[in-house]
Amino acid sequence: MSFKTVERRPLSLAERTYVPQILSGMKTTFKKMVKPKETLNYPEARPPIPPGYRGVPTLVKDPNGREKCVSCQLCEFVCPPKAIRITPGEIPPDAETAHVEKAPEEFEIDMLRCIYCGLCQEVCPEEAIWLQNVFSVSGYTREEMVNDKKRLYELGGTLPDDHYKWDKKKAAEEAGNPHH
Amino acid sequence: MMEFYFELPLWLRLTVQGLAVIAVLFPLAGACSMAERKVSAWIQGRPGPSRAIVPWLAWIPGISLLQKLGVFHFTADGGKMFLKEDVAPGSVNKFYYYLAPLIAVVPALCTVTFVPFGAYWDAATETMKPLVLANVDVSMLAVFAVASLGVYSLILAGWASNSKYPFLGGVRASAQLISYELSMTLSVLPVFLWVNAPGGEGSLSLIHVVNTQAQPGLWGGMWYVFLMPLSAFIFLVALFAETNRQPFDMPESEADLVGGFHTEYGELKWGLFFVAEYAHMFVGSAIFMILFCGGWHPFPWLPLDTLLGWLGGIAPIFLNPVVSGVIAVGIFLAKLIFSIFVFMWVRWTLPRFRYDQVMKLGWQKLLPLSIGNLIFYAVAIAIIERS
Ligand code: SF4
Ligand code: SF4
Repeated sequence: MSFKTVERRPLSLAERTYVPQILSGMKTTFKKMVKPKETLNYPEARPPIPPGYRGVPTLVKDPNGREKCVSCQLCEFVCPPKAIRITPGEIPPDAETAHVEKAPEEFEIDMLRCIYCGLCQEVCPEEAIWLQNVFSVSGYTREEMVNDKKRLYELGGTLPDDHYKWDKKKAAEEAGNPHH
Repeated sequence: MMEFYFELPLWLRLTVQGLAVIAVLFPLAGACSMAERKVSAWIQGRPGPSRAIVPWLAWIPGISLLQKLGVFHFTADGGKMFLKEDVAPGSVNKFYYYLAPLIAVVPALCTVTFVPFGAYWDAATETMKPLVLANVDVSMLAVFAVASLGVYSLILAGWASNSKYPFLGGVRASAQLISYELSMTLSVLPVFLWVNAPGGEGSLSLIHVVNTQAQPGLWGGMWYVFLMPLSAFIFLVALFAETNRQPFDMPESEADLVGGFHTEYGELKWGLFFVAEYAHMFVGSAIFMILFCGGWHPFPWLPLDTLLGWLGGIAPIFLNPVVSGVIAVGIFLAKLIFSIFVFMWVRWTLPRFRYDQVMKLGWQKLLPLSIGNLIFYAVAIAIIERS
């Protein structure tokens, strides 16, 4: 292994007075002083969120406005801190999306429990639950910190859908291929 | 107006003058704490306190600039300090505990009496008359004497708090202040040796020092910082130590002493310590500017008299005593504010010395240096004035 011995010279007179060092330090700080500020004025200015950021978990709708969650409860089972509580419900047979059969009646995520692990997003077969950009949650009571279904859809909004799996299924059924 | 003022009894005039000076100095000392926060923020790349605003003033155009500068934070801080509950820990010696902050403020503000802070054009005698509260012949000595009383407040605070950290802070403060006082006093002696030419009347007056820096000619117009750079340097270093500023803020060093001598203090009592510290800084910088940087004269080789003479040629209003006084005080204040800024700038640049380093620097470096400096200038001045 090659290494270099650093030569340690005794301090020169100028160095022992500290003055040149102090002046160069002051030069550095002065440069900092006139440079633009490095901090954000936080609540007004927000940091850019990188793609793939795991913020607050939310429920999303597909571009047709259908709620994607089919209340399979996989996310409820996988959630390590048991932050998710789902009450499954039926979709009424006269509804347009009746072929989907199930939808959550109530869907609650307790943000005091959630650890932002993203497992719910990973496990969801319907791509219905997404961890999105919201990173700052606050509230005055414990109840406020539980996001109910309405709030979850508000936060989630609509995300593009690559598959339209239920539409395809319905089309296949109508074309006489029930096992699609 | 002027005639009316000069017809008032002397005691009333002096009281008004004194209150006027204090009314300027006290808020300035408070505003310094704000400036300190702002300067530290800028150096660290932050905007600093810039949010507070009085809601019913928010409509005034341009007020957001004041808001950005944190002016309302300063008033809010001050208000908070006045309104806070006055608590004293049960273990302290109540009498001395309350006395200490007062002893800190009183000498700090008293020194101002002896510091000339400007001059005005007296049309009757066609000369500049100094503006000072007490025009005494020993003003330099008086400033040193009264300013060093401030150390008692630190010792008292440390001792009366009846707890370890303040006690250590008080001990350190007294040791440090005494050590650096010597070098400080020795470093100003060459100035007075030079100012008091043999045969003339001896004087320790600060006004005299300012006037001698405003004489005609190459040597006469030279500020003493050019003539005696080493003296100025020693004085400045000692000044940093005397005002307990970084890198010499041993008495407070929060890393090892929590808060130092004011650990047990809160609300207004604590605020008074800080007003005292900043007042010391102001007076110290004023002395530095007077001794070494020409006081209220705007530039070396350009005394204020000459400048006012030129301006008076353009518009006679500049020779009005009030206007010329305001100009002189303005120049002096600008120099002071610059020097306070340097104090803060240094504070946020340098790390703190260790206690033994402070002592070593004071006794083994600065003191011999200032003695050598004194001997050198004594000999040099003797030779120059002999020839
Ligand atoms: S969000 Fe996804 S995993 Fe959770 S219940 Fe709905 S469909 Fe199932
Ligand atoms: S991100 Fe993790 S902890 Fe939060 S709800 Fe989803 S699975 Fe549960």
